[in-house]
Amino acid sequence: MKKVALCVTCIVDQIMPEVGVATVKLLRRAGYEVEFPAAQTCCGQPFFNSGFAPQARDLAKRTIEIFEPYEAVVLPSGSCTTMMRVEYAHLLADDAAWHGRAQSLAAKTFELGEFLVQQAGWQPAPAASAPSVTYHDSCHMCRLLGLGGDSRQLLTAVGCTLHEMAEADRCCGFGGLFSLRMPEVSNAMTAVKLDNAAQTKADILVTADPGCLMQMRGLAAENQHVEHLATVLAAALENQ
Amino acid sequence: MSNPSSATMSQFRHSATVAIADIQLQGALTGATNKFVNGRITALTELPHANALRDHFKKIRSATLANLAHYLELFEERATTAGSQIHWAQTGQDAVDIVLNIARQHGVKLVTKSKSMVTEEIHLNAALEANGITPVETDLGEWIIQLAGEPPSHIIGPAIHKTRHQVAELFSKEVGRPLPADDIDGLTAEARRLLRTQFLAAGLGISGGNLAIAETGTLVLVTNEGNGRLVTSAPPVHIAIIGIEKICPDWDAAATWLALLARSATGQPMSIYTTAITGPRRANDPDGPEEVHIILLDNGRSQLAGTPYEEILQCIRCGACLNVCPVYKKAGGHAYGSPYSGPIGAVVTPLLFGLEEYAALPQASTLCGACKDACPARIDLPRMLLQLRQDEVAARLLPWRERKAEEFAAFVLGREGRMNFFTKLGRWGQRPFQHDDGLKLPVNVGDGRTLPSLAPKPFRQLWDEGAVE
Repeated sequence: MKKVALCVTCIVDQIMPEVGVATVKLLRRAGYEVEFPAAQTCCGQPFFNSGFAPQARDLAKRTIEIFEPYEAVVLPSGSCTTMMRVEYAHLLADDAAWHGRAQSLAAKTFELGEFLVQQAGWQPAPAASAPSVTYHDSCHMCRLLGLGGDSRQLLTAVGCTLHEMAEADRCCGFGGLFSLRMPEVSNAMTAVKLDNAAQTKADILVTADPGCLMQMRGLAAENQHVEHLATVLAAALENQ
Repeated sequence: MSNPSSATMSQFRHSATVAIADIQLQGALTGATNKFVNGRITALTELPHANALRDHFKKIRSATLANLAHYLELFEERATTAGSQIHWAQTGQDAVDIVLNIARQHGVKLVTKSKSMVTEEIHLNAALEANGITPVETDLGEWIIQLAGEPPSHIIGPAIHKTRHQVAELFSKEVGRPLPADDIDGLTAEARRLLRTQFLAAGLGISGGNLAIAETGTLVLVTNEGNGRLVTSAPPVHIAIIGIEKICPDWDAAATWLALLARSATGQPMSIYTTAITGPRRANDPDGPEEVHIILLDNGRSQLAGTPYEEILQCIRCGACLNVCPVYKKAGGHAYGSPYSGPIGAVVTPLLFGLEEYAALPQASTLCGACKDACPARIDLPRMLLQLRQDEVAARLLPWRERKAEEFAAFVLGREGRMNFFTKLGRWGQRPFQHDDGLKLPVNVGDGRTLPSLAPKPFRQLWDEGAVE
């Protein structure tokens, strides 16, 4: 059986483990044996984005060491995938050896939806019933990785009706520490996103980024449901 | 409101909070920026090879800036041959002094101005007024904010934050009788009538410049109201002030520049007026100024060459990055405390006017990248914001508590054992703060946001327990 290493991300690990559980379920359903390297902690993105380059560099090297033995690495997070795939090479540009290792890891690191569609070629059967959804394109995933189509394809495949919102690729207002440094602006940005999503009348607002999920959930009205792509897909599988 | 000339974290947050609560302002911001965004997309779609053109433009800008000194000297030579007088200003104060000297020589009391961000940058109007010279802004947007006593809030739409009702109020005050807000034609006609007398009375016209073409020593101005032409041709003396980075090698390159500028800025294929000025009035010209002075302003720009920030000099001030920026769209332009707001302002303002004074600006971004996508020169603004954040950490400009918190978090996440220990501690420690409607920590997260709790069991524990099926 083909093997894949799960980089669960620190937010999923500590705050929303059910997303990790759903991710494993999907990978197994797609025919993979999932391994979970226990030494993993954080990819370093929060430190990189807030200007703490030395700290980010240490965490990057650590993450490279942990995941480079595996054939493929999958993350249920667009922004952490971007960190490993795009930013590690920038961060380690001055060190030829580490830069090379960063590039090797980047070549086998995948966002969950991307992996399921483009690497695994997995096509889920439609569920007996599935919710209507609207999909939020997280910034780094859509602008730096050019991804978002796979998420939509999977949602549609399991039987979800997709209602596109206005400005699907407009930032949700999270921005990591930005959400704490400028909470008033951050919340106002999230309000726009939630309003755009609510206007589609879709049952669930779906994203493939735990950071965006945390932010949007934190400000969503009680009757507005925000879920991770993995959770929605795994729930649909239960219903086949 | 005067320009605070700084944007500390508390200043930015305060100003943004006021802007967010102002429903009229939010409506004006959303309406205007969306109009610009849609216009830009439509105008670029009309071009057969818009993306190739942008790539080509990027190459032009990079190559020109790599030989900046050469092209500036060529411009000086050719412009001088054409009869213009070239002045070099190292600082904003130098540029102000040059303008004041020329104004004094000619006994100027009244100046008409066409829109110029560089004159906002060097606070020229205040200096003119302090020396007994009256500056009159003739770009409609600039005139509106001059009447309001406010700085511009957008690079190309300085009064973007004003509704027509607010404009009608300002104009009514100026003419001394009530003007109806619904009659936009009437309001512009009134502005035209009032400004016309100023154009004819002014002893000096001051403009900026969108580009300076080295090949022929030509200054190019793009405007939509025709005021630029009156400012640069009616008074006997014309002074243009332009940043040294706006140099363009030749007319071929200028064609690319102009094909992208108005499309990116307002969504027009071209602005209504494109004015090319090569020297003063010639013997057989029916009109035009007797003297043309061109001030080439450095003011911190040349020191960016050869640094990670060199790319920022490629900016042509089209404002496309402001219109797509989700932070700018909520916070508005005044929060940036600088004539340059939005993503370009967040990068260029600290670089030109001081990182410490403008410490909030590199933080005023989610690094979403919409700006880079919209930029006609594809300037990697998020990359430079990241670099500025690193500079802030290195210069210890962050509050020490934040720095310590980050260092501690990195220490904890440096080993899985430490992470397990401290998250276990966190699970226990969060209990007193857990309420039915979420975690309530003594951290300001604004109104209405619920913080997530640490899950009862982390994923890794579920994995170890074999609970992940």
